[in-house]
This record gives sequence, structure tokens and C-alpha cells, in this order.
Amino acid sequence: MVERRPWLDRLSHAILILGVLVVAFPVYITFVASTHTAQEVVQVPMPLLPGSHMLDNFATALSGRREGSGSHASVGRMMVVSLVTALVIALGKIAISLLSAFALVYFRFPFRMAFFWAIFVTLMLPVEVRIGPTYKVVADLGMLNSYAGLTVPLIASATATFLFRQFFLTVPDELVEAARVDGAGPMRFFKDILVPLSATSMAALFVIQFIYGWNQYLWPLLVTTEENMYPVVIGIKQMISGGDAQTEWNIVMATAMLAMLPPALVVMLMQKWFVKGLVDTEK
Amino acid sequence: MASIELKNVVKRYGKGKSANPVIHGVSAHITDGEFVVIVGPSGCGKSTLLRMVAGLEEISGGEISIGGRVVNDLEPSERDIAMVFQNYALYPHMSVFDNMAYGLKIAKIPREDIQVRVDKAAKILELGPYLQRKPRELSGGQRQRVAMGRAIVRQPQVFLFDEPLSNLDAKLRAQTRLEIQKLHRELGITSLFVTHDQVEAMTLAQRMIVMNGGVMEQFGTPLEVYTRPATTFVASFIGSPPMNLLKEAPLALAGVITGIRPEHLDITPTGWALRVEAVEMLGAERLVYGRRVHGKDDEMVIVRTDESQVPPALGETIHVTPRPHKLHTFDASTGMRLEAL
Repeated sequence: MVERRPWLDRLSHAILILGVLVVAFPVYITFVASTHTAQEVVQVPMPLLPGSHMLDNFATALSGRREGSGSHASVGRMMVVSLVTALVIALGKIAISLLSAFALVYFRFPFRMAFFWAIFVTLMLPVEVRIGPTYKVVADLGMLNSYAGLTVPLIASATATFLFRQFFLTVPDELVEAARVDGAGPMRFFKDILVPLSATSMAALFVIQFIYGWNQYLWPLLVTTEENMYPVVIGIKQMISGGDAQTEWNIVMATAMLAMLPPALVVMLMQKWFVKGLVDTEK
Repeated sequence: MASIELKNVVKRYGKGKSANPVIHGVSAHITDGEFVVIVGPSGCGKSTLLRMVAGLEEISGGEISIGGRVVNDLEPSERDIAMVFQNYALYPHMSVFDNMAYGLKIAKIPREDIQVRVDKAAKILELGPYLQRKPRELSGGQRQRVAMGRAIVRQPQVFLFDEPLSNLDAKLRAQTRLEIQKLHRELGITSLFVTHDQVEAMTLAQRMIVMNGGVMEQFGTPLEVYTRPATTFVASFIGSPPMNLLKEAPLALAGVITGIRPEHLDITPTGWALRVEAVEMLGAERLVYGRRVHGKDDEMVIVRTDESQVPPALGETIHVTPRPHKLHTFDASTGMRLEAL
């Protein structure tokens, strides 16, 4: 708003602050819970100020050496699994969709539009719809409890292909022709001109897909049965024991804090690129 | 250095019966070192013709040779040509230096040679201080010069220009026109230049190809094209204001179109009677639009007079006389120039 209306300013600030509170309060509670002992966390009312056991809890979570019930896997190991999975998914998606968009936009081959529509249609099919058959394929290929099993089925991406296709369509034809006159073959053109031009789109996509990969829950739940291949999101679930057994909520919360950290870092560090990639059309 | 030979060049879009021909057999011989301008209204196929020479469009029929070598099936990069595009087509993420050097890098020319060539081109085009900048940090005129620099460093046999001045403002355009002329004098490279602007065509061309509807209407020096237009289209397209083309000129034979340029009509006490409908003041000259009083279809005639004469009033009847030997005659059915008059 360009208008200057003091009460409107206050109202909009109030709404924004309310929104921040709604989003931030649970995160704060998680943080507070991760700084107390297990006994303090389960007291009623729960303390709302940070306690003094933060380092202990995080160290316990990372190493996995603790007494309570539930999974005892080391969160450090889980973080590594999650990181590798998220990176492979994000980078793999970018690599594959860049190449397929390149083929769709710059080459004339039979059934080109059919391929485009085939890719486009899969946009409507989320992983969950095809999870049964995919599991069967992955299991038959012996990829359970492996990084390949965690990542390969999630790499193909219609969204990213579509995004890059739309971007390539905005690249002026003259640029392609200039490259041809300069003697650049198709792959040379791809490497020297298209990829640098798509850098911002790639960055934006990386942020989105890294978080997508990091937050995967259902698929890893199916394909991992061994603790040393749990991603951290599964790890949290496994720590919460059902029934009467006591759950060490302080450790669970510390793990949750740890699990939130990498995506938050990726967003914060790549924010500038992310916005640029979604907004900017630098040509 | 090379000549360009076009032999009955045809371009069709689509195949078989639905084929849509856009260039109907153009033949021309452009000699080594010549500066030829292809001019015509939009959609006449002039850019398509240029792109066929460049290798960016397939040739549907006929033959194009550059320097005696048939290039029909060669890639643009193998034709020894360089092209300047309308929107310059600079690589946005590369510096000016890299833009110019890119083609040479691909051609695997040693780094030192690239440096020498780019520096030389930058000096000619006064781009020295901008070599490390990105295209978006340059003005339109500078970008245009980078595009030319990219063409120069390739040291090609042929330069191809696709309306390179159309994105510049009028003043810069006139200036760049002179620079291109100077460049051509210095380098002497055979050049093909496409434009829709007849002023550009007249000033730059050593010879010009006038195209209309995919057909080459005339190929000649600007003077020839102006003084002896081959068809009624050329007569009306070249020259501003256009030549008056009268179906019913006094003393003309039936089936003959008489052409007379506005500047070749003088206001005289007797002669063709015109009723003045509009007068345009253009500073040093003025244009008088008159309708012929006796003509059957009331043909409009434009007369160009200079500022020394008293402007006629609207609705007044004036008389004009064509200057001797300045009348052109064309066949009314084919539009072709008739010589025997």
C-alpha cells in the first residue's frame, strides 16, 4: 500500500505479528523443550523459558547414546543420510529436468509433443499414488535400505522439467542462431549459454527440491528398515514410542531442532538467489 | 573475400501441396567486396533470403554459393560468414570480450590470437573501455557495436546484417550508418544488409535488391533504382514521397501507367490542372496534394515545391507541368517498365 493511513499500518502490523506468533510459537516450544530434562518437559505446566540442559540433550541426540525407549539410532548418522538424500534428489532433479527440457525445446524428434504431454501428465500424479508399484520395482531391484532406493524414484520431476521448458522458451531464438553462427554445437550451446542463463532458476529449484527431499516421510518409511539408513524425519517418528513407555521428549525435540536446521540454512543462505530465480527474467 | 551467387533460390514452408512458397526463385550475383542492400516492405522475404545465405533457414530449391563453394548443405559456422542480428543476440552472461571471443574459442584459435583480434576490433569500434562489461551495462549503440565486433573478429568472407539499425534512435542510426560505411571501406568485406528503410538502403548500398512478395523486383545501383525503376512497385517504394503513378495521364496511351516523381513537377501557368486538397510543410520543402480535375478516377498527385514559392491555398486549382524526360512509363497489366518512350 502506498497510502499513508496510520491505523491501517497498525492493523496490518497486528495481523502480521499474529501470523508470526502462530508460526513461531510451536518452534519456540520445540526449542524450549529441547533445553530441559525429560522430567521437566512432562511437568504441567510446561516451562516456557529455556532451561540449562541444551548441550546435553543435543549431544545425546546426535550420538544416540541414551536410556529411554524407542529407537536408539544416532541422529548424527540420520542427518548424514538425510543430507545425502536431499542433495542427490535436488541435484538429480535439476540435472535430469534441465536435459529433458533442453531436448523438448531445442530438438525436433518424432512424438516430441507426446513426450511433453507424458511428462506433463505425471505432474498430476504425486508419489503417493504410484507408491505400491514403485515399491515393488525398487524391492525387486534390491534397492531397499540404500541411497539409490531413497533417491532414484523421487528424482524424475515433471515440475522442474516444465519450469525449465518455460524458461528455455523465453530465451530469444536469435541467441540460438548467434551460437550456431559462432559454431557452437547443441551440447556446447547447452553448456556455455543455457546453463549459465538458467543459474537463477536452478538455484530457486534447488531450494525447493532440497526441502522436498529433506522432508520426505512416506517413501523412506517404506524403503528403509534398518536404523542406519533412517533419514532424520523418520528418526523422530521412531523415537516416539507408543503405549505406556516413556518418551524422552527433550531428546525428540532436540532432534526436531536439528532436523529443522539444514532446510532453514539452505533457505537463508540462498534466499537472494531464490527470489531472483522466481522473479527475475534476466535476458 | 568472396562473391555470393544466388541461383534461382526458392523457399517454401511446409511440404507437398500445402507448401507455402515465400521466395519465388531469386537469382543474383554479388561480386567480391560489394555492399549490397536487400530492401522491401515487411513480409517480402528479405530476411528469409538473408537467413538462407547464413544457413539459418533451409534452402528449398536453387543454389547458393559463397566464394565459388556451394553452401546449401553447410552449417552456418562452416560458411565463413558472420551475422549481425536485429536484437544483437549478445550472450547476456558473458562480458563484451567473451562475447566477441566466443566463436574464436570454439574454433580453437590460440588465446594470444584471440586477444589480438578482439583488441583490434575493439579499437576500430571504440569499445576498449567496455571489454569487461556485461551487455546489460551498455547502451543500445554500444551493444550494436559489440554485435558488429563479434562479426569482425571472425574475419569472415561475408558479413550479413539483419536490420541492425532498427533498434537505434534516429540520430544514432545516421551515425552508425556512416560507421558501417567506413568499416566496409576499411575491411572491404562482401556485405549483405537487410533493411525496410529505403533511406538506409539508398545511402549504404553500392547495389540494392528491391524485393516484394518473395520476388526480386530490381537489382541495381541506388541511382539506377531511383532513376529507372524496373516496376511500378519499385517506383512507389523507393523515394519519399512516392512516385505519382497515373493510369490516365494526359497524352498517355491506353494500358500504360505514367509515373512522375513529385520533385519533377513544376507549378506553371498552364498544364495539368489539380485541385489542391492538402499542403504539408516540411521545412525546406513542402508537399502539395492535388486531385486531377480532368482525370476519370480523380487520381491524387503529389507535387514537391521548395519554400521560395508561395504555397497554394486549399481548394485552389493549380497547373503543373512535368519536367522533360522525367516521365516513366509502365505496362498497366504487368507493372513492368516500358523502355521505348
